[in-house]
Amino acid sequence: MFDITGYYEAHSLANVFELLKEQPTARIVAGGTDVLVKSRARVTGFVETPLIGISRVAEMKGVIMADDGTINIGALTTFDEIEHNKIINQNMPLLSQAVSLVGGPQTRRMGTIGGNVCNAGPAADSAPALFTYNAVCEICSATTTREVPITEFYIGVGKVKLQPGEVLVKFKITKQNYQGYQGYYIKFAQRAALDIANLSCAALVKVTENKIQDLRICFGAAAATPIRMPAAEAYGLGKEVSNDTLTTIGDYCLQDTKTIADWRASKEYRDHLVTVLPVRALALALKDGE
Amino acid sequence: MIQEIEFTLNGEAVTCAVDVRKSLLEMLREDFSLIGMKEGCSVGECGACSVLIDEQAVDSCIYLAVWVDGKSITTIEGITHTDGSLDNVQQAFIDAGAVQCGFCIPGMIISSSQFIKENPQPSRDEIRRALSGNMCRCTGYQKIIDAVELAVETK
Ligand code: FES
Ligand code: FES
Repeated sequence: MFDITGYYEAHSLANVFELLKEQPTARIVAGGTDVLVKSRARVTGFVETPLIGISRVAEMKGVIMADDGTINIGALTTFDEIEHNKIINQNMPLLSQAVSLVGGPQTRRMGTIGGNVCNAGPAADSAPALFTYNAVCEICSATTTREVPITEFYIGVGKVKLQPGEVLVKFKITKQNYQGYQGYYIKFAQRAALDIANLSCAALVKVTENKIQDLRICFGAAAATPIRMPAAEAYGLGKEVSNDTLTTIGDYCLQDTKTIADWRASKEYRDHLVTVLPVRALALALKDGE
Repeated sequence: MIQEIEFTLNGEAVTCAVDVRKSLLEMLREDFSLIGMKEGCSVGECGACSVLIDEQAVDSCIYLAVWVDGKSITTIEGITHTDGSLDNVQQAFIDAGAVQCGFCIPGMIISSSQFIKENPQPSRDEIRRALSGNMCRCTGYQKIIDAVELAVETK
């Protein structure tokens, strides 16, 4: 059994806020693939607490394209749904590719993109793609709605900018942040399935007449939070696409990463990966688009 | 804290007053004496506890029992036909020699059943990906993949 002190199920978004008011110490659970695993491991804050279940809140599910081309992804949309969603496949293939690599099929059917982000694991597979698409998080409380760019939403391992009573409802990606881009995500892990990345890299690039018009690179598991590579991105702007350019972009990435050693990999090994993964990701992104 | 739930279990409408702290795995094994699905890791990594919820294979160890309210569950016991004869997926696992200790097999068959239904002509790579959430410590997987191919042929 899970060591929880109660379970309350929300039937609508308004109901989530009511329950949060009645149970201010409760933890929100969506698909359970992180929260229930942490509860099993008796992580502080995940045991001896009530849970509020939101998996039946319809307003927080699904992918919609607004009239101006902005793509809205409900926080409760599962990895499996995102992987197979037409709007995402056509416009944000980097994201569908990234979420297709999460855990195993069972995990992808239950795990949600909002849960993946709010759990704030440094290696979360959906995060680097959302960072490169400049996704904006829509955060609601009973009385307020505010927007926070995902690049500013993370505070540290397991910590995001949510105040008590607030819920991440959806992600918004504007047209100018996905149209005309090509992307690729590399998850570097020991096993192909059911593993956590040693390092992961999402690269998103816009190229016209063989010149880089825009470049965005984000690493997962290279720091406490997913991080973009401003030095490498700035270097790449306006450059011709060539092997030399890509290799130099890879080298620039060392300026912005703070890799660590742990039982999964040494620092030297990770630093090597930091320089080669973006090169590979960019090469594959550009090859895909041809 | 107890919650009253109603759901369909292997084709039968059932109700249960369940402790909200229980996983679906615990409820099915303890309250319904269905012990075909196994608890391997209890954290969603091995797939031994897989069941179909509304025709989708999920890990029942990290699924709250109360979440099945209003849903339809099929366990390995429900894959076996009501007259006790084996489903062709089960038979294919036997015929292909895909079963060693057997601990992972109920989960493998649950995942395979959904997959075969949705993919009538799968490649070996597609089979591998479909079963990538199920771990086996005995067989080395080759014969399990053979079994799924055989099940596709004998459908
Ligand atoms: S026991 Fe559920 S996935 Fe291992
Ligand atoms: S047959 Fe023993 S674990 Fe698969």
